[in-house]
Amino acid sequence: MEHYISLLVKAVFVENMALAFFLGMCTFLAISKKIEAATGLGIAVVVVLTVTVPVNNLLYNTILREGALDWAGLPNVDLSFLGLLTYIGVIAAIVQIMEMVLDKYIPALYAALGVFLPLITVNCAILGASLFMVERDYTFGESVVYGFGAGLGWALAIIALAGIREKLKYSDVPEGLRGLGITFITVGLMSLGFMSFSGISL
Amino acid sequence: MAGSTAKQVLFEPIFSNNPIALQILGICSALAVTTSMSVSIVMCLAVIAVTAFSNLAVSLVRAQIPGSIRIIVQMTIIASLVIVVDQILKAYAYEISKQLSVFVGLIITNCIVMGRAEGFAMNNPPLLSFLDGIGNGLGYSVILLFVAFFRELLGAGSLFGVSLLPVVNEGGWYVPNGLLLLPPSAFFIIGLAIWGLRVWKPEQVEEPDYKMSRHKAKEAF
Repeated sequence: MEHYISLLVKAVFVENMALAFFLGMCTFLAISKKIEAATGLGIAVVVVLTVTVPVNNLLYNTILREGALDWAGLPNVDLSFLGLLTYIGVIAAIVQIMEMVLDKYIPALYAALGVFLPLITVNCAILGASLFMVERDYTFGESVVYGFGAGLGWALAIIALAGIREKLKYSDVPEGLRGLGITFITVGLMSLGFMSFSGISL
Repeated sequence: MAGSTAKQVLFEPIFSNNPIALQILGICSALAVTTSMSVSIVMCLAVIAVTAFSNLAVSLVRAQIPGSIRIIVQMTIIASLVIVVDQILKAYAYEISKQLSVFVGLIITNCIVMGRAEGFAMNNPPLLSFLDGIGNGLGYSVILLFVAFFRELLGAGSLFGVSLLPVVNEGGWYVPNGLLLLPPSAFFIIGLAIWGLRVWKPEQVEEPDYKMSRHKAKEAF
């Protein structure tokens, strides 16, 4: 249990997807002008990551990895080069399924998420988490915790950035720095703040 | 990009319509791989190749792709190309591919590739799309190399691993700035680069389609 908790804390703070690995930056910068929008997107990312990372973990361990096809009588087959194609396919499919399920059963949440749900397919944080999961050889249980933690960290970061930007719009920023430029610098400062977590050893 | 000639398509994205500084595309993987020049160059070549060939491929089949599943078709084309690049890197530049770790795979979700396939290649003939891919790849590379240049020179006192500013640890005079080897520095450098670019080309500050909405939103409140 302790192992899982430390993995969770590590995924949320120490290895924050957005501020330590710069993943999901495009959406991170584009949809962080308002706190509500950022919250909706953050929740969607948490849900999608919690589902896709474990599913990709299962696929990798039972089909793609070297020797995984032993049960089918093919012990020497290594399909790991197909990984990228598989993961992105899984992500696209799960996002699509989630969209339909939410539309049918939880229309309120579906309406709240709106356009962000399909956008998530091309969010690098989602694919990145799957790739990190493979690189670090997580077990199924670990991948559930890691997926959830990574999503939570990303959501935390985008909501914090949206909060800062909502205040920042009242400030007088030099002309060339307005908009994108100052956002980059803000994110840099936030990232410095998050680096203080890297001193924590778990 | 109406009535674009080959030259425009190739060179516009480098400064006037830079994918990172203006279109807010492809920032995702741009930042983490810029601690050294050699790694960045490999990353740039990979992105240029993928963008160019995915644009070419998407443009070739653009008339056959049904609108409703075009994203999936584009994803498949891009993912296949990235797998090829990944395998080539693993075969011929294993050390560098280890350093790039997951970021080669993340070219798939690099918004530049997707954005150009969707925004340009779907409506333009193959050759132009190919050039557009190279141009946008170059625009991405310019920023990436700019950032990598400062980070490696000031952070480690070297370029391409060759020591230029002898660092104190090895008996030289230069005290390396450790901050530049850390991730946040990339944000500061890109932020300042954008500032510089917009001072040089003031029309980017007020350009209507991509950025204006941000400023409007700011000023409207």
